[in-house]
Amino acid sequence: MTPSLWTRLSNPSHFMRWSGALVPWLTALSLAVLALGLYQTFFVVPPDYQQGETVRIMYIHVPAAWLGVFFYGAMSVSAIGTLVWRHPLADVAQRAAAPIGAAFTLICLVTGSLWGKPMWGTYWVWDARLTSMLILLLIYCGIIALWRTLEDPNRAARAVAILTLVGAVNLPIIKFSVNWWSTLHQPASILRMGGSTIDPSMLYPLLVMIGAATLGGTTLHLYTMRTEIMRRRVRTLTIREAERLDRAQPHITPTPAAMPVGQPV
Amino acid sequence: MDLGSHGGFILLAYAFTAFVMVALVGNALRDRRTQLRALKGFGEDRR
Repeated sequence: MTPSLWTRLSNPSHFMRWSGALVPWLTALSLAVLALGLYQTFFVVPPDYQQGETVRIMYIHVPAAWLGVFFYGAMSVSAIGTLVWRHPLADVAQRAAAPIGAAFTLICLVTGSLWGKPMWGTYWVWDARLTSMLILLLIYCGIIALWRTLEDPNRAARAVAILTLVGAVNLPIIKFSVNWWSTLHQPASILRMGGSTIDPSMLYPLLVMIGAATLGGTTLHLYTMRTEIMRRRVRTLTIREAERLDRAQPHITPTPAAMPVGQPV
Repeated sequence: MDLGSHGGFILLAYAFTAFVMVALVGNALRDRRTQLRALKGFGEDRR
């Protein structure tokens, strides 16, 4: 992609045009892939030889975990865009991604917990993978809270970008926690040296579900980015209107207060 | 289909996911409507 095309695509008004045309198609495609993935999950995938039917939780747990990390990675790239180039769309992308990433991280933690109870005998253990995912959720919540605390959008953008980059340290910890420490959570089974350890009959439907979640998440991200741009436009128009009304106010010169009776002049 | 003895956990996991997704999409739609209404108030209607 040439820099000029990239610049054109990331211009907010151009972004509104091309994303407006793309979102309905992406929504339809996401729903179609999701329908295929759910069909395979419940009617094609065989039960696991050890976990039985419980393995079907994997088809929402793994995509949710992937998207929780994916959106944080996207936010970190956007944070660099905000701090280095001060690109307005970078901050918009970051702000729109945070609630989506937080929602997927929450889904990952809850479905993992519901998977853990029948398989491990417990809903929760303070193991490295689970704890680092919980920290990711807390970072997402901190970022969302920081946005709401700071009223000036430019100050908020910079502060959030710095916090996001600091929190990005957690991403490699999440990925490699199962290799670095002895954990109850299983080691990497999809992206690993030597190929996946999952049987193709289970792996391909899982990849379809990951694809559906990625498409759906990206579509929702584009949609919320468009809303965020509208919100900023509303803010600008509100400030302009307030300034116009302020100028229209008649200027009244305050009269000096009358001297109290009985005071020396 | 028979989800076995742990069917409750499976259904609960899918129900929770559906609940969060509906809330997320519902909130996005509601927020869009609010911003569109505000823009209309200023005489703009960008979609």
